[in-house]
Amino acid sequence: MAGLTGRMSTVVKAKVSKLLDRAEDPAETLDYSYQKQVEQLQNVKKGIADVVTAKKRLQLQETSLQQQVVKLDTQARQAVSSGKEDLARVALERKNIAQTELQGLDTQVTELEDQQQKLTDSEQKLRAKIESFRTKKEVIKAQYSAAEAQVKISEAATGVGEQMADVGLAMQRAVDKTENMKARADAVQELEAAGTFDDITALGPGEDDIDRQLKSLSSKSAVDDDLAKLKGELGSGAPGAAGELGAGDEGAAATADPSKEQSA
Amino acid sequence: MIVRISGEDQFRLEDNLHDQLDRLAGTAHAAVDADDESAFSRSLAELLGFVRANGTRVDDEEIETSDVILPPSDTTLAEARTEFTGEGLIPD
Repeated sequence: MAGLTGRMSTVVKAKVSKLLDRAEDPAETLDYSYQKQVEQLQNVKKGIADVVTAKKRLQLQETSLQQQVVKLDTQARQAVSSGKEDLARVALERKNIAQTELQGLDTQVTELEDQQQKLTDSEQKLRAKIESFRTKKEVIKAQYSAAEAQVKISEAATGVGEQMADVGLAMQRAVDKTENMKARADAVQELEAAGTFDDITALGPGEDDIDRQLKSLSSKSAVDDDLAKLKGELGSGAPGAAGELGAGDEGAAATADPSKEQSA
Repeated sequence: MIVRISGEDQFRLEDNLHDQLDRLAGTAHAAVDADDESAFSRSLAELLGFVRANGTRVDDEEIETSDVILPPSDTTLAEARTEFTGEGLIPD
């Protein structure tokens, strides 16, 4: 059978003959590779635990970003109440960025959760396969020690070797996947920690200045909308009202949140 | 004929299903050549489903060498191309 299936068969069969060529004592080789499989399964389990840890870290970041969104929203409201439109605009811009970031994190967390489930499923499958390999190896060991016809033993060894190679292949894929997922989660975490997402003026990968300007245009109009909405909610939309309020409340606003002026 | 689904089990299939199996595998292989991810996952699922539906699982105590080994169910197009078909682990 050519093509896909032929190739897959060749891949596994090559692994089998490599395994068996090296084997001086088939019984010992089988026991050893069973032990190896059990050990590797532990690695898969550890890999899943790592993915879970990475996911939890991202979830913590989500929580802190959510708090930041609430805080910035409160600050924007305070600023509008005090008639400080520029300040409100800055707060809303930052809120916008935090929300976008939050959406990105959310996608990552959902994806990690999805992968975690898949990996847990394949871990269970692997466990069953290892158990089936154990049964097969005991059968073949019994045959070997009974010193039956050499041909039959080598045939059986090829059969069990195939299973051995296949478990090995499945295990390798599972380990690769956990490592992949963890690396991706770590990369997001590092970007967050480095504050890459905080720098409004930074150019992202593959972005040029036009991209940035277009982006800032659309985010500007989003901020304009937010600001108009906030002003409507707080009933300070009437012309002149902001100025009067601002003049009267300036001192109070400054005392209400001194950190805001510095950070702005 | 004994067919192994890599990462799963071995199945015993009637020899006269060989042609049908070959056709389904051919469709999956064509999807790899056409670089069509969704056609590939669809045809791979169909191929493996055919084996599961028409075969009987080989018992753990039985030791058989497979006549055909199929890729695992979660094989991606990229894996199929680099590992299981083209210049993968074993060059042509």
